[in-house]
Amino acid sequence: MASEPTSTPQPQVPAPLLPDPLLTDPLASGAPGANHAPRRIRVGDGPATRRVMIAVVLVVTLLALVAPLAAIFAEAFRQGIAAYTASFASSDTQYAIWLTVLTALIVVPINIGFGIAAAWCIAKFAFPGRNLLVALVELPFSISPIIAGVSYLFVYGAQGLLGPFLEAHDIKIMFAVPGIILASLFVTAPFVARELIPLMIAQGSEEEEAAVTLGASGWRILRLVTLPNVRFALLYGAALCNARVMGEFGAVSIVSGNIRGQTNTLPLQIELLYQDNNAVAAFAVATILTGVALVTLVAKAIIERLDAARERTAGRPGH
Amino acid sequence: MNRVVPGFALSLGITLFYLSLIVLLPLAALVWQATDIGWSRYLAILTGARTFAAFEVTLTTAALATLFNAVYGLALAWVLVRYEFPGRRLLDALVDVPFALPTAVAGIALSALFAKNGWFGGPLAGLGIEVAYTPIGIAVAMAFTSIPFVVRTVQPVLEDFAADVEEAAATLGASDLRIFARVIFPAIFPAFLTGASLGFARSLGEFGAIIFIAGNRPMKTEVVSLLTFIRIEEYDYPAAAAIAATLLGLAFVMLFVVNMIQLWQQRRIGTGD
Repeated sequence: MASEPTSTPQPQVPAPLLPDPLLTDPLASGAPGANHAPRRIRVGDGPATRRVMIAVVLVVTLLALVAPLAAIFAEAFRQGIAAYTASFASSDTQYAIWLTVLTALIVVPINIGFGIAAAWCIAKFAFPGRNLLVALVELPFSISPIIAGVSYLFVYGAQGLLGPFLEAHDIKIMFAVPGIILASLFVTAPFVARELIPLMIAQGSEEEEAAVTLGASGWRILRLVTLPNVRFALLYGAALCNARVMGEFGAVSIVSGNIRGQTNTLPLQIELLYQDNNAVAAFAVATILTGVALVTLVAKAIIERLDAARERTAGRPGH
Repeated sequence: MNRVVPGFALSLGITLFYLSLIVLLPLAALVWQATDIGWSRYLAILTGARTFAAFEVTLTTAALATLFNAVYGLALAWVLVRYEFPGRRLLDALVDVPFALPTAVAGIALSALFAKNGWFGGPLAGLGIEVAYTPIGIAVAMAFTSIPFVVRTVQPVLEDFAADVEEAAATLGASDLRIFARVIFPAIFPAFLTGASLGFARSLGEFGAIIFIAGNRPMKTEVVSLLTFIRIEEYDYPAAAAIAATLLGLAFVMLFVVNMIQLWQQRRIGTGD
């Protein structure tokens, strides 16, 4: 094996195979980069394979991902802009918007706090059961929202574990706003933690340790050292958490009881309007949540860009 | 153990308390309700014709959806990593749409697309293919919501795949297809399997995207999550508990499978190279 020809005329430095997408204008790509370095022989680099693969993937993506998005807006504006805006006039829909925003305003900060706490103990310390804890943090991702809703019913519902106690003290959690908030907390618990844990593990604890030797308190370290280092991941986790809270359907539809104007969040209101054969209104309301989703994805793209730019200026390896 | 950085007890305490309250207590309550009904009644519920049919429909449509995403997801990851073309970044961003879009919104959008007068439903009806209100519709909804899994697990592994390995194979005269099958695919296989398993698990529990397009006819197009929901609405809590607990058990099996795959992958990387 040692006698293999090692002197093929290729650059020893593994030059980037793709022109750096963050530095090149995506519209101007195609011209630079690929032509500079001597061509590497790589699988699927033939012009025919390349074209067919890109074309097939683009067509399927157009059908599978773009068409549903386009359909939402096409249906919402089917009867014109006036019908679209009129869809938001109903007091039930306005209440649903308010309830959804309220839920997000409560759930997102709580899960940011949980995410920071979980990431702090998991990333900065080694302890027995740490892997189990990571698995536990991510558990809600693997569990159907329907299971989450049913489980909460068995805790706080009339026949649940705490049912008799809650009834005796006249505390209403199921089929009321607290139930919606609890179910949303369950479903979105991992979002911030999952973004922070790998990043904080990768960054290590040197900076925090230095801060300790300089006499900084734990809170000060968190505020001035750790959080600034992970702010993009934190923002992205929070944005995803927010989108998911606002759009949660399965868990919320079990614990809310679907009471019009009282426990209907936006996704439940969409279902209600759709079952009422009011498709235009259903899709109009859906455009709000689609907007939230699209803003979240744009935020992700921007944050990834900033993160990569920061890593570059910090001189860290790009992996 | 890091003894310099403070806050271990506090952060661990908060984490454990919160997880117990928000995640473990409800799941324990579900298991408690399910065990409360007794083994024979549990079996009777699960083997009841309607429940059994729901599991059958759910498992087969989830398998179909996973098959689609295995092929499409792999191709998508390949195109994103290996080629530079205008719109590549937009394509990359689009992959996350199913994660960010609420399932109920996806559900009504898909049912509008596949309705008789919809953009897809019209032409497909001309070909004699019905999607809405059939198991295919369920598979379509499941496939949509789990598109990102295979892409996002395969993508980083494919990015890290060293070029010299396939170059070596190429200098030895292997064809592209052979190099892909014998060198590249084995390297990304564990990640691919992980993504497919995660997507399958997600499909098993999917609810919002499905119920609008499925038609929800008992025995034919009723999925397990919907049947659970219906049992709750009928106040048949034992049946709901039994079905939900079984679904929870399936989720744990899938988690175990994914962890085994990752363990296998780590061991392979440890001994390989």
